[in-house]
Amino acid sequence: MQATTHTMPHAGVHEAHHEEQGFWRKYIFSTDHKVIGIQYGLTALVFLLFGFFLMMMMRWQIAHPGQPIPLVGWLLERVLGDVAAKGVMSPDLYNSFGAMHGTIMVFLAIVPLAFGAFGNYVVPLQIGAPDMAFPRVNMASYQAYVLGGIIMFVSFFIPGGAAQAGWTSYSPLATSIPTDGQTFWLVGMIFLITSSLLGAVNFIATIIQLRAPGMTWMRLPFFVWAQFVTGFLLLLAFPPLEAAGIMQLMDKVAGTSFFLPTGLAVGGELANISGGGSPLLWQHLFWFLGHPEVYVLILPAMGIVCEVIANNTRKPIWGYKSLVYSALCIGFLSFIVWAHHMYLTGMGTKVATFFQTTTMIISIPSVIILTCFFISLWGGSIRFNTPMLFCLAFLPMFGIGGLTGLPLGFAASDLHLHDTYYVIAHFHYVVAPGTIFALFAGIYYWFPKMTGRMMNEFWGRVHFWGSLIFMNVVFQPMFAQGMSGMIRRMADGGANYATATLQKQGVEVIGGLSDKMMNLHTMILWGAVFLALVQIPFIINVFWSIKHGKKVTSDNPWNATTLEWQTPTPPPHGNFAHAPTVHRGPYEYSVPGHSSDFIPQNETDKGSRQH
Amino acid sequence: MDQFIRKALGLPVLASENGKGVDDLIVWIHWLMIALFVGWFIYFVYALWRFRARRNPKADHYGVRGHTSNYIELAVAGIEIVLLVFVAIPLWAKAVDVTKIPQAGEATNIQVVAQQFAWNARYAGADGQFGKQDMRLVSSTNIFGIDYTDPNAADDVAVLNEIHVPVNKPVVTYISSKDVIHSFKIIALRVTQDAIPGMRIPAWFKPTMEGRYQINCAQLCGNGHSAMSQGFLVVESQEAFDQWLASKTGGATTFE
Repeated sequence: MQATTHTMPHAGVHEAHHEEQGFWRKYIFSTDHKVIGIQYGLTALVFLLFGFFLMMMMRWQIAHPGQPIPLVGWLLERVLGDVAAKGVMSPDLYNSFGAMHGTIMVFLAIVPLAFGAFGNYVVPLQIGAPDMAFPRVNMASYQAYVLGGIIMFVSFFIPGGAAQAGWTSYSPLATSIPTDGQTFWLVGMIFLITSSLLGAVNFIATIIQLRAPGMTWMRLPFFVWAQFVTGFLLLLAFPPLEAAGIMQLMDKVAGTSFFLPTGLAVGGELANISGGGSPLLWQHLFWFLGHPEVYVLILPAMGIVCEVIANNTRKPIWGYKSLVYSALCIGFLSFIVWAHHMYLTGMGTKVATFFQTTTMIISIPSVIILTCFFISLWGGSIRFNTPMLFCLAFLPMFGIGGLTGLPLGFAASDLHLHDTYYVIAHFHYVVAPGTIFALFAGIYYWFPKMTGRMMNEFWGRVHFWGSLIFMNVVFQPMFAQGMSGMIRRMADGGANYATATLQKQGVEVIGGLSDKMMNLHTMILWGAVFLALVQIPFIINVFWSIKHGKKVTSDNPWNATTLEWQTPTPPPHGNFAHAPTVHRGPYEYSVPGHSSDFIPQNETDKGSRQH
Repeated sequence: MDQFIRKALGLPVLASENGKGVDDLIVWIHWLMIALFVGWFIYFVYALWRFRARRNPKADHYGVRGHTSNYIELAVAGIEIVLLVFVAIPLWAKAVDVTKIPQAGEATNIQVVAQQFAWNARYAGADGQFGKQDMRLVSSTNIFGIDYTDPNAADDVAVLNEIHVPVNKPVVTYISSKDVIHSFKIIALRVTQDAIPGMRIPAWFKPTMEGRYQINCAQLCGNGHSAMSQGFLVVESQEAFDQWLASKTGGATTFE
């Protein structure tokens, strides 16, 4: 009965003598990890929707190049001016939207949602901590993120518009475009990177220091492990990009030549710069972040999938230790695969051999993780609720994304597929029906803990099936387009390389894009439109359920084992009414001889636990 | 079956000797991918059906106890190693090893310089020697920055957007850019090489089919990226090529 008498001096029991906080302190400048998590979540969801709208306009332009965008064309012209004259998207605007779609989706939507929102809300609860280790640093992290987001958003409305050099911002293009969009992009990125670094330090300190008594490393829920590795990835991979960002900023505003070689001649005349820099150096520094960033996107998603699958198969996750070691391997290996994004920059045999080998090796822990999830289904008693549906769909969708990475990981096959739509399809399968599905699952799963009410199950299913179908309608055709040689980032959807266009000009070429491939653009456009429509039930569901959802009847509506479900609902400032003590592993479901089919982590062998 | 999958994948027409290995590797990897995906998927659907809560109300705490999955993972790793060591690495070595690039006598040497938004090419001319270059001499009329005081430069032939090469003979292109990063890509010849300012990177291929091919710019290079499609590679017989080259006056860019 030790557990019932044990209290930690600094734990949340002192909530009774908390002074009443005003609105600003409670909701805007909060240091409570749960409020910050929700702030992150709502902001990131807004950016997610915004990034999606950018893409819908681009898909119109790709399918119908040069035709005014329906519904919003006039608005674009009004707000952005000549770049959208007559409601038509100019190549400049297309490039802006493309660069910002990538930037917003990665740095302002998915990472903040996966790491900032879920990490903040769930990690301290799952490890039995009263808050993050540095609550004020946590607040500063969110504020830096919002500032970065505002700078990125404002850049659309400055003269010349937002950055146009792709989310990868390769020099010299990035600094040779005469508008100020790139300057805003770089300053915005510096804020976003700072935000991530503050968050990473905080997560690592919290997970190491604030675990409840008994919460040993191998009793941590896999979600916490995933966030822990993610924290290290951000901490170690982002500083090189922050340095690189400042160097590129200097190239842009102070006339330096970090990434500009001697003899650069933009527009016919020799550029008036000192030269001596290297465009490839930027690529190395960018991808040194860029590749670990992929795992920053995917690891938290895998963490969510693990929690939801264990809970809804009612059995322990299969191969917990393999999962943990695989996540650690991925974390380490993700730092030495970056140059597989650069096979075609003139890479020699030896360097290419190294990066091809590491790339193949990193596929193995990913396969192990996915296999563990698949095997976990065997012998389960599977409940198909909305969070589980999203997690189950994650498995084959992420599988497609992962497998299609193989032909890109070998330099020789990348030779044909590099910079084609095949690449677009590949990484979107990883991130969109992969990561985003897991994030949706997380929202449906933890919503009752955050609000005390369930989200509507019927509309959740509509959201799920619609998203699953239309995600595939959007991304599956891109594999075919890419295989046929359609290049990405074309403001006209590749019309200039289409056999039909060339024939009109009286040119016969071998290997032009067929009508069939070009017509897939229309299918993708409609897929995207319907994908947008099926998000409407989700948006309404979130807000409607806060007030009108079905009330939960217990603090643990999913009958889950992990500690976040052993708190009051929603958890108060300080989280636990009594500091928990942990007595067992994270997924003790359907233990033979036990009366219920789950045993919470804080339950003693004699069956008592605190609430 | 092999032909079937080639067709199903929709690989575009192949018109070079070097592209055969690329296509084979793509096909073999897709075999592996399809096998894994189908295997996983069948298991997945079966497990969902068999272990749904209604049919199986009580979960088994232990689940799978065998080691089949380990063997499958080992097999996957084994196949990847074979593809890597015996196919991918040798192929890449053949493509990029600078010591194995066909020599001047047996190949057509071309210098390619990309710019926003066009392709320039330079041939060495009758003497087989490129004239000296100096980027300080670059101007709108001297895109390569050729030093005309160098006697070798006199017969160099420079062309814009229309690059001719003879069929069935290796072509070595030395690829560079004078402003931003572009990428020289010809789909049917399975050749891709980034054109990076400050670097001059060799890439070679051996076209086997006469005809006209479009040069794709495969790297975002500015607002004219999608319109940088005016460059063509013309593969023709040796005689036709010799005639074409002789018709070009040395030393100046010809705009066709």
